[in-house]
Amino acid sequence: MTQTPNAAPMPPHPIVALDQVTKRFPGVVANDRVSFELWPGEVHVLLGENGAGKSTLVGMLSGLQLPDEGGVLVEGREVRIASPARALELGIGTVFQHSMLVPSLSVVDNMALGGPWWSRPDRAGVARRMAAVCAEIGVAIDPEARVGSLSLGEQQQVEIVRALMRGSRVLILDEATAMLTPKGAEDLGALMGRLTRLGIAVVFITHKLNEALAFGHRITVLRLGRKVGEIAPERLVALGPAAATAEIVRLMFGTHAGTEAAGGPPRARPAGAPLLDIEGLAVDDASVPVAGIDLSVAPGEIVGLAGIDGNGQKQFAEALAGQRRLAAGRIRLGGEAIERLDVGGRRERGLRYVTDDRLGEGTVGSFPISLNLLLKQVGEAPFWRHGIEQPEAIATHARRLVGEYDVRTPGIETAIGKLSGGNIQKALLARELSGQARAVIFAKPTYGLDVQNIRATRQRIREAADRGLAVILISTDLEEVLELSDRVAVMSRGRIVGVVDNNAEARSRVGELMSGVTA
Amino acid sequence: MSDTTRIGGDVLPARRNGARRERARLVAMALLPVLGAIVLSGLVLLALGVNPVSYYGYVLDRGLLNPYGLQATLTRTGPLLLIAAGLIVAFRAGIWNLGGDGQFLLAAVIVAALGPLLAPALPVWLVLLAGLAVGALVGAAWSVLPALLKAYQGVNEIITTLMMTFLGVSFANVLVKLAFRDPATTVPQTRTLAVADRLPRLFDTTVSSGLLIGLVAIVAVHLLMTRTAFGLKLRIVGANPRAAIHAGLNVPLLTMATFAISAGLAGLAGAVEIMGVQGNVRADWNPAYSLTVVPLVFLARFNGFASIAFVFLFSVLSIGGESAARRTGVPNFFTLVVVAILLIMLGITEYLDQRRRAAGK
Repeated sequence: MTQTPNAAPMPPHPIVALDQVTKRFPGVVANDRVSFELWPGEVHVLLGENGAGKSTLVGMLSGLQLPDEGGVLVEGREVRIASPARALELGIGTVFQHSMLVPSLSVVDNMALGGPWWSRPDRAGVARRMAAVCAEIGVAIDPEARVGSLSLGEQQQVEIVRALMRGSRVLILDEATAMLTPKGAEDLGALMGRLTRLGIAVVFITHKLNEALAFGHRITVLRLGRKVGEIAPERLVALGPAAATAEIVRLMFGTHAGTEAAGGPPRARPAGAPLLDIEGLAVDDASVPVAGIDLSVAPGEIVGLAGIDGNGQKQFAEALAGQRRLAAGRIRLGGEAIERLDVGGRRERGLRYVTDDRLGEGTVGSFPISLNLLLKQVGEAPFWRHGIEQPEAIATHARRLVGEYDVRTPGIETAIGKLSGGNIQKALLARELSGQARAVIFAKPTYGLDVQNIRATRQRIREAADRGLAVILISTDLEEVLELSDRVAVMSRGRIVGVVDNNAEARSRVGELMSGVTA
Repeated sequence: MSDTTRIGGDVLPARRNGARRERARLVAMALLPVLGAIVLSGLVLLALGVNPVSYYGYVLDRGLLNPYGLQATLTRTGPLLLIAAGLIVAFRAGIWNLGGDGQFLLAAVIVAALGPLLAPALPVWLVLLAGLAVGALVGAAWSVLPALLKAYQGVNEIITTLMMTFLGVSFANVLVKLAFRDPATTVPQTRTLAVADRLPRLFDTTVSSGLLIGLVAIVAVHLLMTRTAFGLKLRIVGANPRAAIHAGLNVPLLTMATFAISAGLAGLAGAVEIMGVQGNVRADWNPAYSLTVVPLVFLARFNGFASIAFVFLFSVLSIGGESAARRTGVPNFFTLVVVAILLIMLGITEYLDQRRRAAGK
């Protein structure tokens, strides 16, 4: 598993270092005084959830962004990496998540791109140098192959070779395994090992714990733009995989204050026949196929669905709500089979879905709040009669919900896109929880909200369950799941890998299930 | 958001003031480009050696002030309004139906062939009604292929509708020359619908009742899009297709309906033009109304009432421009130059307005 770095005595300076860099975007601090050191011969893993600030950090190393504060040092000297070309000059090559190759050109032609426009590309020379690099790092690439005909793993190898041919001593692999098959990821891990033996420093960005442990020498964990911990190589070896996992889970998901109430007042354990019953649900999907989901939720019960983002939670939620075709499976709501109904039919029977993509699909940003509150009921009485809008009824309805759910807005005619994320979420909650709701799916309900709105939203979820609704809470925030749920199901690679009762041992059990250690 | 207040029952006076200022801004946004375009076009005329004042004088006189000119202008407004109505439905639903010319022309040719055929056998009102219905159906039929491709395969409708226009225009020509040719004339054209069998004129003028059909259509479309559940569904699809799916709307079906209405109105425009104005279709006739109306509808920001104003303005320009062109020696299509400059001015105004607003915040 973890190897010690093969590099000889440590040089006095890291190849590249970020010194207390801060990067702000409108409304967010993407990186807050982050320091980061990169030593030759090491795979330095950058671990964190979506939105933790990994991409921003990489952007500053690869010349896409400049830090607002703090410095970038290459071999101890402060530099300004203002463009990707400058980064390459300094020996920093980046392989982005999405291929930057031209699929219709051959490998050699891709390598020759970027040469001076007046000269004919020296294909033979490029192929020769490419063969040399390939031999050195132990990969086999046909220089004449069309890039589009290569697998994603092979394309990545081409990009790595290209970066090395341009003299990179630092290689940044941004979410490199996200699109790869498990075999492809393993090959990439082995390749990283060989690269470090040549003294190259690798930055490996991922949100998969098991890969971090398998391929990394040093691990840095980012959370909400801050560096929350670093595990040095010696410590990583000393800890061993199990203890390291626990340590990383703790760093990634935190055990900070603010959740001291830990679930608030204990709620009576709901019992009774399941209200929402899912059996053998499967969804076809190119990136994360979902299969074999069995889950039942009793009235008044909150079932948390934990898991690292992108493990099929979205596909599952959309299939449940009716936005996606089921490949197989049954869904019963109060005993009635609803898997053949469309979105509207399921909603009518009381199934609600609070999407996490609030502006992307949850609302029409340019439309007034009043209409967004009725987005899923267009044409229904009393708001429309014989298809004609009834402004009075619509306004009354909007005023009532805006008041009840405390949506802070200048008026009900305000375009919903102008509101803050917290208020948009309140409007969505108003739309989904009002009326004859019986079962609700919350997808990452507090994602991107501030503390106050997080608290308010969680209170709504609790109240929904107390009203006797069956609740499925999808969240990547382990604290949230543990705070609210009665039971916790863990999703990994499109399957539910375990369901545990939320008790004292739940945290460690869920952490293990999430990391795939006991898969 | 510091100005965020709790929602109250009444609109505050400050907000009403703001609304008035907002309306003034919109009017300025519509008028400034028009003024700019007139000035710039005048410079182009100067460069051509034509006195812009006398050109615009002719345009105003022949298109607006002269009673015959005004009547011709109003008559032309009818079909253009129908086309504008069709474009508003489509554009608001996020469907870029640029195939209006094919839909228009094919409907025109078939109605032109059908009219003289039915006229001897049926009462006039029935001939007219049949003509209008057939025109709308033909127009809609010519959009079925792009509609299916868009709704079920996601094929870009800009490309497919433009392609269908090329096909439709050529096909219409073939029909005139080979199938529907009037044997009594030497130039290839369809048989002419007798003046008595055409759409009735309004009162004692030469204005065709096509104007009324156009006005009714565009007002109806405006109300449909702003006041009905169906219109709202189309607007949701247009503004955010993913939200439409999330809300459970049947997006493919709504897309098909949008195409049918939009192309049907373009076909109706063809029928109105033939039965109200032309009476027949000559070979190689293609007024390309639809593509000219596209910028006007944009200028009106897809608002039905504003579209009436812009379409009328364009009709004045185009009718007046025809005689002004004859008298001043400027090419006939100079009207299009004015519209093109108008569109560029519109873009610039929009850009400046956005910068101003960004700076104000």
